[in-house]
Amino acid sequence: MKTAGRYEPYSYFQLMEVSLRELLVAKGIVTEDAIAGAMAAMRERGPERGAAMVARAWIDPAYKMRLLENGSRAAEALGFEVPGLKLIVVENTPQTHNVIVCTLCSCYPRMLLGLPPEWYKSRPYRSRVVREPRKVLAEFGTTIPAKVRIRVHDSNADMRYMVLPMRPARTEGWSVARLAGLVTRDCLIGVALPKIPKNSKPRKS
Amino acid sequence: MTLEKLGTVPLYSVGDRVRVRNAAPLGHIRTPFYIRGHAGVVERVCGAFPNPEELAQQRDGLPAQPLYRVRFRQQDVWPGYRGNPADVIELEIFQHWIEP
Repeated sequence: MKTAGRYEPYSYFQLMEVSLRELLVAKGIVTEDAIAGAMAAMRERGPERGAAMVARAWIDPAYKMRLLENGSRAAEALGFEVPGLKLIVVENTPQTHNVIVCTLCSCYPRMLLGLPPEWYKSRPYRSRVVREPRKVLAEFGTTIPAKVRIRVHDSNADMRYMVLPMRPARTEGWSVARLAGLVTRDCLIGVALPKIPKNSKPRKS
Repeated sequence: MTLEKLGTVPLYSVGDRVRVRNAAPLGHIRTPFYIRGHAGVVERVCGAFPNPEELAQQRDGLPAQPLYRVRFRQQDVWPGYRGNPADVIELEIFQHWIEP
């Protein structure tokens, strides 16, 4: 809500949201507190959960197998509740790079990655990454060599997707927590690759 | 009873070549226009899910429809596609959107 300036009526969707919310509260189906709590929890959730799963897969081959076999069960194995989520994890290899999109709307594994970034929901990303993935990835600063095959995954129905990036070289002996710190949201969508920060000094972890 | 048991029997399995129906019905359709009419290969069978076109009409969507991940060659989907000929795009296609 604006606190100053010209009066502007609600947009169509704002009006729908307020009407539905007030009806649900008036009928005692939910409370304002429950809605505020759910919104706060949603805002708090970030890609750290997905990053923890990736880091664990990097150091634990048995976990990696579980992750690729059934992403949702693998999330639960690390204590993440993912009710209803059907997660497919796709693995980057030296031969294959994966990237995720939802061309129809903005489907995204929110329970593991938090809210999707604005660009993920934008028409340019959704319409372009399916037909010119190399160009779009290059615009993100991710150049995929011509000999590497690109798999684009459109989450157009009931599955949700997360990329398992390749573990960067020279990270031998790193702790799970330190490895997880390399895995950004964009790595999990497939528009970026994990990178060791330039100023990172070798240290025992 | 699980959805699978209530549902339509899966007619296709991994590796099968399938073609997406080229139709334009009205309503809430989860098959994007860009893939209609194209042929690909079943990458995996995802299980069975209530038909979203029915759910959108407040009906139960049963029997559940088998859902497949189908892999398409980018070169087949986009005329003049530039990139590795092995580049692919994968989508989820409900069985009733596969041409018999």
